[in-house]
Amino acid sequence: MSKPHDTFLHTRRKIYNGVFLVLTGIATAIALAALFLILETLVVKGVAGLDAHVFTMSQPAPDEQGGLLNAIVGSLVMCGLGMVIALVVGILAGTWLAEYGDGTKLAAVVRFLNDILISAPSILIGLFVYQLLVRPFHGFSAVAGGVALALLAMPVATRATEDIMRLQPYALREAGMALGANRGLVIRAIIWRASKSGLMTGALLSFARISGETAPLLFTSLGNPFLSFKLTQPMAALPTTIFQFAMSAYDDWQRLAWAGALLIAVAVLTTNILGRVLTRGSTQK
Amino acid sequence: MSSSPTVANEALRVSDAQGHPRAPRNDWLFRTLCLTAVLAMMATLIGLVGSLLSGGWLALSHFGFSFFTTSTWDPVADQYGAAAPIVGTLITAFLALVFALPVAVGVAVFLVEICPQRIARSLAIAVELLAGIPSIVYGMWGLFVLAPWFAQNVQIPLMTWVTPGSWLEKVVSGVPNGANIFTASLILAVMILPYIAAILRELLMSVPSHMREAAYGLGCTPREVVMRIMLPYVRRSAIGAVMLGLGRALGETMAVTFIIGNSHNFPGSLFDSGSTISSTIANEFTEATGDMHISALIALGMVLFMITFVTIAIARLLLGRGGPK
Repeated sequence: MSKPHDTFLHTRRKIYNGVFLVLTGIATAIALAALFLILETLVVKGVAGLDAHVFTMSQPAPDEQGGLLNAIVGSLVMCGLGMVIALVVGILAGTWLAEYGDGTKLAAVVRFLNDILISAPSILIGLFVYQLLVRPFHGFSAVAGGVALALLAMPVATRATEDIMRLQPYALREAGMALGANRGLVIRAIIWRASKSGLMTGALLSFARISGETAPLLFTSLGNPFLSFKLTQPMAALPTTIFQFAMSAYDDWQRLAWAGALLIAVAVLTTNILGRVLTRGSTQK
Repeated sequence: MSSSPTVANEALRVSDAQGHPRAPRNDWLFRTLCLTAVLAMMATLIGLVGSLLSGGWLALSHFGFSFFTTSTWDPVADQYGAAAPIVGTLITAFLALVFALPVAVGVAVFLVEICPQRIARSLAIAVELLAGIPSIVYGMWGLFVLAPWFAQNVQIPLMTWVTPGSWLEKVVSGVPNGANIFTASLILAVMILPYIAAILRELLMSVPSHMREAAYGLGCTPREVVMRIMLPYVRRSAIGAVMLGLGRALGETMAVTFIIGNSHNFPGSLFDSGSTISSTIANEFTEATGDMHISALIALGMVLFMITFVTIAIARLLLGRGGPK
């Protein structure tokens, strides 16, 4: 189409290209600036709100000294509960998808629906668990919160398990079979073991996914101003406490909210990074 | 990935049948256990739909179609119409996408094609990590930093600048506190930006290098390579990535609840306070007392489920197995 020595066209293409390059640079600068601004606020205000009381005292009344101990403990308890359920179900389901169901119609459907569940709005999971566990038993509870988190982490764990198990070479399976092990034993004793670091990564990623979740906890575990270990009672969680404090009119509470937000962000980022480091270690071997 | 070595698979199945007498039974047990887990997962989805339907049935059957078309949300009179939050959800998500998409494409192109690879790798990791930051952090930033700034530096100057009575005045009218549909969309945009950018980057990197090199060899400029070769090559999956971002914006709760102003009136302008489905549920669910109120909120959840399910399903179909975890 273009004539070989059309200098006008050549200049025009060069200009278009220059503009394009500058625009992509600007886009990146905008993105980085926005994210930098957010992180800067988070760190500055979060560090200002951090002190020893944050980790040693429970939720204060307005204008009194206090901390986030009840929320931190609650988050740990419910995330722990959620992770245990999610990992058991997720790893087994992922195993079925990668080993037994491979190629079947059911597996294709399950895989697709699982991918949808990964991105489903978390607040809907909260509504579901409310109807499943809160309404029938007439009360918010830590168990309900834990189950809600489990339902969120489960699809992530399933997907991660399936992906990592598919990476294991068939020769490994054949070698196990040749030794006389049945398929289940091959999976448990060889494939799971070979996928260990990948499974760990999956676990960490699902933990990162749920540890900052607020919406599904609002009406399952509700919140609790006191330190509590009772699984059948309402329990505080960091994200819901942050939500409550941030929306309040008290400076002290807002200060604590920022400290809590920083704690969560750091926890999520560290687990994410840990997960990445683990995968890198396993692929480079 | 689905084309797994079926020969080996077949070999395994045969040796299953011919294995040690005790072995098959053990395997059967484990296999059933795994299948049970899969069925439990599916039960979650079915239970989710079922519970939303049954919980929202009271409101849906009582108000009928007017639930979707009216915007009276009055817990005192027990009258519920969901038009305002539904429209609010669609508008904020759509606006967020409009803001985020060009920037996300720019970031992805810059990281893959323009920036030196060593810097690009660390930038890419930063982008991916930021996609994982909990939404409540974005929400707090929106409430405490963006909203006051926006009110002071954008909203008030704009409102004094526009001529009274013009169409522009209608667009920018609203309480100048920065908590409105526009800022909610901005926050959503910042949230889904790293998410979309990260997927797009992976897609662009999947373009075979011989295609890029061939285009460069013909004398294409980087712009032409990106716009005519790379983006068309990943078009299908790229649309999937965008839809996934849209799905995220539609369902996002906390970031929006902080900043949208939470009013049930039909939004009259861009700078008017509003509500989304998820923000309404988050705000009112624990305080709802009447059965009808709770049912109306669950019915809202049902609507959200349908909107996001369709969006995400299309996204996943377009993305295939390459989508993010």
